[in-house]
Amino acid sequence: MKFGVIVFPGANCDRDIAYVLQDVLQQRVRMVWHEDSDLSDIDVVVVPGGFSYGDYLRCGAIAQFSPAMRATAEHASQGKLVMGICNGFQVLTEMGLLPGALVRNRDLHFVCDRTSMTVERTNLPWTQGYAKGQIITLPIAHGEGCYYAEPDAIKALEDNDQVIFRYSDRSGSHGSATNPNGSINHIAGICNRAGNVLGMMPHPERAADPVLGNTDGLALFEGLLKSALVAV
Amino acid sequence: MSTFVANPACSPEDIAAEGLKPDEYDEIVRRLGRHPNRAELGMFGVMWSEHCCYKNSRPLLSQFPTEGPRILVGPGENAGVIDVGNGMQVAFKIESHNHPSAIEPFQGAATGVGGILRDIFTMGARPIAALNSLRFGNLEDARTRQIFTGVVSGIAHYGNCFGVPTVGGEVFFDEAYSGNPLVNAMAIGLMETDEIVKSGAVGIGNPVLYVGSTTGRDGMGGASFASAELSDESEANRPAVQVGDPFLEKSLVEACLEAFKTGGVAAAQDMGAAGITCSTAEMAANGGVGIELDLDLIPEREPGMVPYEYLLSESQERMLFVAHAGREQELIEIFHRWGLQAVVAGSVIEEPIVRILFEGGVAAEVPATALSDNTPIYHHELMTEPPEYARTAWAWQESTLPPATTAGIDGQSWGQVIVAMLSSPTIASKRWVYRQYDHQVQNNTVVMPGGADAAVIRLRFPSGETRPAQANPAANANAGLAATVDCNARYVYLNPYEGALAAVAEAARNLSCVGAEPIAVTDNLNFGSPEKPIGYWQLAEACRGLAEGCRKFSTPVTGGNVSLYNETLDSNGKPQPIYPTPVVGMVGLIPDLAKVCGQAWQAEGDLIYLLGVSTDSIGDRAVTLGGSEYLKRIHGIVAGQPPKIDVALELAVQTACREGIRQGLIRSAHDCSEGGLAIALAECCISGEKGASLTLPQGQIRLDTLLFGEGGARIVVSVSPEHQSDWEAHCQKYLPDVRQIGVVAAEDAPMTVSSPSHGLLFSLDVSHLSDQWGNAIERALSK
Repeated sequence: MKFGVIVFPGANCDRDIAYVLQDVLQQRVRMVWHEDSDLSDIDVVVVPGGFSYGDYLRCGAIAQFSPAMRATAEHASQGKLVMGICNGFQVLTEMGLLPGALVRNRDLHFVCDRTSMTVERTNLPWTQGYAKGQIITLPIAHGEGCYYAEPDAIKALEDNDQVIFRYSDRSGSHGSATNPNGSINHIAGICNRAGNVLGMMPHPERAADPVLGNTDGLALFEGLLKSALVAV
Repeated sequence: MSTFVANPACSPEDIAAEGLKPDEYDEIVRRLGRHPNRAELGMFGVMWSEHCCYKNSRPLLSQFPTEGPRILVGPGENAGVIDVGNGMQVAFKIESHNHPSAIEPFQGAATGVGGILRDIFTMGARPIAALNSLRFGNLEDARTRQIFTGVVSGIAHYGNCFGVPTVGGEVFFDEAYSGNPLVNAMAIGLMETDEIVKSGAVGIGNPVLYVGSTTGRDGMGGASFASAELSDESEANRPAVQVGDPFLEKSLVEACLEAFKTGGVAAAQDMGAAGITCSTAEMAANGGVGIELDLDLIPEREPGMVPYEYLLSESQERMLFVAHAGREQELIEIFHRWGLQAVVAGSVIEEPIVRILFEGGVAAEVPATALSDNTPIYHHELMTEPPEYARTAWAWQESTLPPATTAGIDGQSWGQVIVAMLSSPTIASKRWVYRQYDHQVQNNTVVMPGGADAAVIRLRFPSGETRPAQANPAANANAGLAATVDCNARYVYLNPYEGALAAVAEAARNLSCVGAEPIAVTDNLNFGSPEKPIGYWQLAEACRGLAEGCRKFSTPVTGGNVSLYNETLDSNGKPQPIYPTPVVGMVGLIPDLAKVCGQAWQAEGDLIYLLGVSTDSIGDRAVTLGGSEYLKRIHGIVAGQPPKIDVALELAVQTACREGIRQGLIRSAHDCSEGGLAIALAECCISGEKGASLTLPQGQIRLDTLLFGEGGARIVVSVSPEHQSDWEAHCQKYLPDVRQIGVVAAEDAPMTVSSPSHGLLFSLDVSHLSDQWGNAIERALSK
């Protein structure tokens, strides 16, 4: 499987995801400069975390106009896989590949922590490595991770089973005390209607290396690789 | 040259406005052989400030040990560099941004982080970790809350956006820092270039490149501002505080490292304090050559700037390079690809001067060494006797406290005292702070902030980046770096020599508690005015203590920063000095990251041991209430002699702990610092979410000394029962006197402490302690 990691000026988690894919999972990775528009060799596009273009104007607002992101939209429209992590999630909502928006955290502070969440759906390449309802712990690090959408859009997300991860406590209950940013319905990650585009605020790539302790994010990538084997 | 002969003498007002003294002006005239013009006067003003030339502290700094087998670059460059094995090298340094943070907390702290990161990547190293040492006034004061929250947001803003994990630090609160906070930022980088990039300009005729951001009027004269006392008028100096752009700096680090790796860069210097003036002067002086720079070529942020403004601007995110002739275009293209400025703005010249051109004429011409090397030095006379405040404090006796009985002290039970101590913002969890810092970016953070006595990161080159040819990362695959910043300034205030020595000892102890071997130090000297006898006594004695500590713990000083004149003038114009605060930033090596310890209890039934001075042999000054947090927090007293460091005992304890961790015998380790043994034990319980049952034998000492006395080279460790005999045999080699003091209890069990002679002293619910300790800062802020 070949991964393309989009590199914007200001991206700062691009090398982290490349490390996990390349060094931990021995996959092929190409770093895709934001001015590059050819993604024809790529199976999975990853829009990484960081502060693309300094997040000036609004998080992810400028990145959507880059040639690489226009190519990513094309990639997604062909039904191929695209994932946005943290700032990448913000970029994907800004360009309309995913519904809703990410706004300032409820308490207005940047938050870096480890948080529990439930895996809500597992019949997707992204989450087939998990059990439905499984409680996992992933790192988060964002100032604007509060998921917001109009009530109709939220209803559509829920009705179509598009919520993939939901913040919870250690026993899997959902409540505002364990929601780190005030996201509606405790949403931590969603997919598009077709399921080929994933956006999530937590960082699975920060929980995928045994040396650092937590490996709850590894199953996401391993599940993806399994889906590639099935496809072949 | 002839254009300058007719300069009129500068007015006393202009001289004073640049922070220069009349004698210094006379010296400038003597060196130039003429009067300086306004721009030149400004250049001397910033370069002869303490911040840039250490004119008051240099004679004291010379006593620091600076050499050792692992030291590759010592003081004098942008950062120190150490050898961490297998061809891998680490650059690190600490720097203060105290005065800017007092006036504009957010930008002041943010640009402090930006400046120290540039110091690291100027050497060819990619920043891999940041720490900070912060001090504020009392959180009950509204202005202090504003400074505190602003500083934390500023650090978070810059570090998070840049993409460096902020992995550790310390935060203290004391009235002594009201209005003059200390913001010391430390950064660590892993060398990616084959050669360490130095600052000395080389090659007559080589082009000088200006790269990064544009030059504007922000941060005018920040170095002189940083070297004067703060006052009510300091607010008017707000333009002296720079504005940072971490996004630009993130692009700058990528472009710089890429440029260095081409081999086309001969030398590099960050533009920090004193901007263009400092970088040209230092590059020229360090290389024994001259630099000619044309201001008309400098990318400007706003039109109409005069030479004085160009030369003193402290606009952020700028660098000066000397390129090898013919390579400049290749370098310029790299910067343009990252959306950054890059122009050839001058050249290296033979005559050892800094010559500044503007609009076709010479705007300034000064011998390079006069600005950066051969600068004034002030020798102050050391008081022959310790000052009166110290002698008065030393006369204090524990016996003047109310009686300490089994029931408690002064109407408070020991349980109440413990809770009051844990909710002291200085002791309380700093979660509110570090949760705002991205401490995991780069995927190398092994121990999260708050999890252990020192930060621990993995040493790993980022995927896809070229690395030094000599590096063999595979051989270093399990290696880690530990880092800490430490200083108990109350100790230093009470006894500068002992306090500074204690800061080194504590830093080494903290590293040992995670299993790391202490390697080297970067220091940040935050003091009051050296022109006052007490201020100089504090500075001189503390330097003596630091030098002694660094020698004894085999941790040479590789550089640092001096911040003097940390005094605020109250409305009556009376100077209020801060506590003398020599912050020690220390790094250590961990050969195997699988063998690292945190402070939390790991399992019920584990045996708890106390290393260092045992509770029933406390006597003399090794463990004392003098200068303790307990004395301050509970009794409102700052007095006594701080704990006296026993270097031999420290070394034995630290070795026993470090080796015990490396042999897999120790499951948790936590040193006893502010709050003493009782607080250290409570923190182990809170972190591990487990109770403990403890018995503390007591000699001829007060109960509060037993619980809250500080010092004694003490570390609390827990050991699995299956390793008991191996552990005790291991200890025999270093510390014949080590004793078990308790057992780790279950998750819902209380923390129980008794003394054989007094029976039960307290039994406290750990979740209650956790809440008091964990949310104290949030509670203080929501008042």
